[in-house]
Amino acid sequence: MTAYLSDRQWLWGAAALYAAGVLLGTVSLLRGGRTSGATVYGAIALGYLLQFVGLGMRGHATGGCPLGNRFEIFQFTAWSAITLYLVVGVTFRSSIFGVFTSCLGAALTFVSLSIPSWDAIRRTHIFGGNPWIELHAALAMFSYGVFGLLALASAMFLMRHYSLKSKNLGGWFYFLPSIMDLDHIEVRLLGAGVAILTAALGFGWVYWSRDTATVGHLKLASTVAVWIAYAAALGMRIAGRLLARRFAWTCLALFAAALLSLEAVEGSRHPGAAPAPERTSQ
Amino acid sequence: MSEPRLFVIGASHHRAPVEVRERLALVSEDGFRADLAAVPGLSEFAVLNTCNRVEIYGVGAGGDTEELVKAAYCARQRFDAAEFERIRHRHAGRDAALHLFEVASGLDSQLLGENEIFGQVKEAYAAAKARGSTGSVLNRVFQKAFQAAKHVRTHTGISAGRVSVSNVAVELASNIFGDLAGARVLVLGTGEIGEGTARAFMSRGAAHLAVAGRNRERATEVAGGLGAGMVDFDERRSRLSDYDIVVCSTAAPGAVLETSAIAEAMGRRPARPLLLIDLAIPRDVEASAADLQNVFLYNLDDLARIAERNRFAREAEIARCRAMLGQRADGLWRQVEPLLRSVAAAGPPGQSAEASRQAAPM
Repeated sequence: MTAYLSDRQWLWGAAALYAAGVLLGTVSLLRGGRTSGATVYGAIALGYLLQFVGLGMRGHATGGCPLGNRFEIFQFTAWSAITLYLVVGVTFRSSIFGVFTSCLGAALTFVSLSIPSWDAIRRTHIFGGNPWIELHAALAMFSYGVFGLLALASAMFLMRHYSLKSKNLGGWFYFLPSIMDLDHIEVRLLGAGVAILTAALGFGWVYWSRDTATVGHLKLASTVAVWIAYAAALGMRIAGRLLARRFAWTCLALFAAALLSLEAVEGSRHPGAAPAPERTSQ
Repeated sequence: MSEPRLFVIGASHHRAPVEVRERLALVSEDGFRADLAAVPGLSEFAVLNTCNRVEIYGVGAGGDTEELVKAAYCARQRFDAAEFERIRHRHAGRDAALHLFEVASGLDSQLLGENEIFGQVKEAYAAAKARGSTGSVLNRVFQKAFQAAKHVRTHTGISAGRVSVSNVAVELASNIFGDLAGARVLVLGTGEIGEGTARAFMSRGAAHLAVAGRNRERATEVAGGLGAGMVDFDERRSRLSDYDIVVCSTAAPGAVLETSAIAEAMGRRPARPLLLIDLAIPRDVEASAADLQNVFLYNLDDLARIAERNRFAREAEIARCRAMLGQRADGLWRQVEPLLRSVAAAGPPGQSAEASRQAAPM
């Protein structure tokens, strides 16, 4: 069937399934029941599978990890966040976390699919056959996925905090995990994200140190700034200087900044990129 | 000869006040089971005996068998039959199954949607099954009742939210700390409401409790009753940082925990939230403490408001639950009717459960 559907069509299917996960969870909550963890997880898992096929086809066509334009970066970030959720999300023992993850996946995939200009230029062989630089890019994007989940956990923390301060425990708030559980999840995700981004930068540094002209200053500065900001947040959290609501707001703001930093990465592409070999209908 | 039918007969909190229920409660369930085993025509039975209800579920030859069951119960409890007739409820056929569904779901409970009844029904069924007094009909009906109860608890908000002040306090603590096993609780004051709340925390796994009271003798007594430690009342401010949850219920004329003392304590434990539950009138905790970071302050009015909101939300779910359970009872009844016919075809329902068991091949 992969021969009959384009990569974008597979990715549309994934986006629809992520949206279905949000819808199923929301309807269940609005009707007063608990969210069905298995149903939402199933929708996410199926969406993940379709996205895997779509990104696989794109990767095959571009001759490497599909990170050649903004569309592919958003798709890969969503895929990374979902990968992590599928692997470790169940240990959070919170079915509503699945709804939030589904929401993040749907938002990133729908936005990227809905803006054709993001996918207008497709670059092939952007890593020049160097597996280390490809690993660097894949790990960096994976860490963005982890930071995406961290932003979700932070949003849930702020909602739970608001519910407790405003003394309103009903409705959606009833299904949120406890403040302490969310705080632990945040710290673990931040630690994992910083570790992965550090590894990514380590691989990138080896490549960059051989030929410093290959990486633009803006890309270098913005990437290092994101890494420093997240590492500083982790250090301050461990030292007890950035806590509770302020910590959650910081994680949300940092994720927004991290997404914006992708502009710098996008802007530093090598000139002479080939136009899309084949435009597919949406 | 009448066909066997499913029935339930009993009395509950709906018509029997607590002083009557005290007399209804079975002291010797085994003795009563032996009485029921000797009732002619009763082929299956199970007894549900809780502080809010006594009910006998059975499969019997008809109205006469049910009258004999009632007589056996009144004789065992030395309860006036005419008085029992006034307070009892009785259902047969599909309505009996639906009643069990509602009981197991907490829909018929005094505290709407409570979970404890589910375990009690399971225990009643397990006891009946272990003694061989259930058969194909009751086995099917009880199993379906458990499935139905799980279904409505999962798909409706009937169990959502606590409806008593002490349980709301525990729910609040769970929303902050998750598992309460590691949470440290300080009870300030030795009033009944504070003690009750402390017990609610213990029932949810809180293992580290301490009591501080202005009356040291009474505080020692309360701490002993709870199996908790003691804290000198005058040290309450300096020891505050050791605790995650503070339940205040003193009769002091003014605040016993000032915002400055709480802020100082939070400075020593900034990463851990502090839940202050102020059940005292006049209030024990200065209201401005609610503005501190990581401090959550709830007074008696706040807890009562949440309890009332939860109760309202639960009541709004009743119609949905009833519709779900009604559908399931209809489905079950389509399966049970042929079973009852096969019971009738297998032999005259003159045999009691005990006799059936004795007649069964070893």
